[in-house]
Amino acid sequence: MVGDVALSIEQLTVEVEGREILHDINLVMKPGETHVLFGPNGSGKTTLLMTIMGFPKYRVTKGKIVFKGQDMTMLPLDERARLGIGMSFQRPPVVRGVKMRDMVAACLRGQEDEERIKQLADRAHLADFLDREINYGFSGGEIKRSELMQLLAQRPALTLIDEPESGVDLVNISLIGELLNSLLEKDCPIPERKCMGLIITHTGHILDYVNARTGYVMCDGVIGCEGDSREILATIREKGYQECIRCFLRMRSSSG
Amino acid sequence: MVEIAPSKTHKDKAKAAAAKRAAFGEDIDLGTYVSSADEQPYQPDPSKLPAKAKKRMLEAGVILDDPSQRTGTFIQMDNAPVHSSARQEGVEVMAVSQALEKYDWLPDYWWKAVAVDTDKYTASVELNQYNGYFIRTLPGYKTIYPVQACLYLAKARLAQNVHNIIIAEENSELHIITGCTTASDEEAGLHLGVSEFYIKKGAKVTFTMIHNWNPEVAVRPRSAAIIEEDGLFLSNYVLMKPVRSLQMYPTARCVGENAIVRFNSILVAAPGSSLDVGSRAILSAKGAKTEIISRAITTGGSIVARGYVEGSAPDVKGHLECRGLILTGDGIIHAIPELKGTLAGIDLSHEAAVGKIAEEEVEYLMARGLTRGEATATIVRGFLRVDIAGLPPLLGAELQRAIETSEKDLM
Repeated sequence: MVGDVALSIEQLTVEVEGREILHDINLVMKPGETHVLFGPNGSGKTTLLMTIMGFPKYRVTKGKIVFKGQDMTMLPLDERARLGIGMSFQRPPVVRGVKMRDMVAACLRGQEDEERIKQLADRAHLADFLDREINYGFSGGEIKRSELMQLLAQRPALTLIDEPESGVDLVNISLIGELLNSLLEKDCPIPERKCMGLIITHTGHILDYVNARTGYVMCDGVIGCEGDSREILATIREKGYQECIRCFLRMRSSSG
Repeated sequence: MVEIAPSKTHKDKAKAAAAKRAAFGEDIDLGTYVSSADEQPYQPDPSKLPAKAKKRMLEAGVILDDPSQRTGTFIQMDNAPVHSSARQEGVEVMAVSQALEKYDWLPDYWWKAVAVDTDKYTASVELNQYNGYFIRTLPGYKTIYPVQACLYLAKARLAQNVHNIIIAEENSELHIITGCTTASDEEAGLHLGVSEFYIKKGAKVTFTMIHNWNPEVAVRPRSAAIIEEDGLFLSNYVLMKPVRSLQMYPTARCVGENAIVRFNSILVAAPGSSLDVGSRAILSAKGAKTEIISRAITTGGSIVARGYVEGSAPDVKGHLECRGLILTGDGIIHAIPELKGTLAGIDLSHEAAVGKIAEEEVEYLMARGLTRGEATATIVRGFLRVDIAGLPPLLGAELQRAIETSEKDLM
């Protein structure tokens, strides 16, 4: 692959419980880039993220995922995390008895430091949550902030973010945007940025807070189009996903 | 050894119940155990006890080398009390035989919370009494540090009988940590322990019991508490080490208005261990409350986790929570939560869940970079973590330490 490509997904085909969900996905990201995945519900966006993260339920039947020059298609989930891939879950599980403090400490791996944990919690407005069981009774906004706080501790080179705006009110969304921007090094000059992000968004609201270079529209398990993220969002806002689906069907019939 | 002359009526009742099987648990053949052990010399300075015994006791939370964080100490080895002392005014710690000599009113508390004819084990304790401890706080006195008690089983095949009496007089506060353990990792033995708790008006008792037995020991504690108006009884039980057979079902009766009882149990059944453990709360006074929480883990043994709350007075409130985790395919956890209400307007509830570790939770932690083993250990540690309201921080930390020391054996 070309020198500064950090993530390359080639002809990726994925099945879940025997059913093919993703077909022939291609995607390339360079260091410092943020990309956005648009698409109607059920189009396969989350499946793509879960496959990149390496959840065993998502079985790659064809193609490969290359990260920092290493083919990691067959690498287990935890090894991918340690290589620098992180994920913000849309609906993370409650883990009874495991406190938020324990999760942040786990993410810091070896550099557990009370002061650092507290700083992160303050930034995410979660100082009162450190001794609460993770995700237990959390609101939508609290879950997102907690996920991003853990990722800020983990510092992945590639962050996969599933619907950062879902179930979040206006006050929370600007804070979430701020945390995301920090995670994706948006405060660094472009040439110095290393961290990458792949964000799923259904509504596109998050783009009011976070800049993303490339956008994709997923329909029915394939990437239907790729282009400037704001341009795609403008089309979706104006014409809805119906238009994307029509366009996608037109392309498919003309190519097939 | 001080022989305690059994009272006639108690003795008669005990004789009649000498063969009475217990309501739950395997029937233990008492005839296979010996009842006499060697005399043990009294040791005024418990730090001078043999190093091996001290080490075992320490593992069960009993600290003998540094008394600074203990209000008092009682040690019984086999059937002989070898040490008793109290370091704070208003706190009494002594062998129960000594207390019976000292206080002519003590028979008023003898077999009043636990019925002597409950089963053959209570009967055996009455008929073969070999001491136990008496711990009391005088009215208005509050212990700062806990009183510690250790019941140590050294002789092979011994049946250790103990009868403990704990009294917290009005508006007093008493914290107790009890460690029960054996000298050997393999010798068979039987521990029969009767404990009667009397929590007077406005008094508070926290009782933390750590059991470290061995795979050949059978254990039949028989405990009950009577809690008066505005009294609080907080009972914590930890069993993380193998045991052959353990059955207990302590009962707390809230007889005074606004009395509160809380039970927390942490149980681990190793392969070959059979546990039948419950907690029972009888709320018979207005405004009485209870919370019963148990966490059960099996790595191959069997656990029956019982709970019973009965409410029969206005405004009583009770909640039972039992969670079980099966770490290996051959373990069994049987949760039996029971609620009984006999009055409109009472509030009793329970939740019980038994299962394996959820794969979704393991993967969530793995996505943060933890290996599968680390993720599982973190989840198990979280499962065993019970935040106990009302327990002094020192005891909370000691309890947590006792749990964490044994956690690694689970993996």
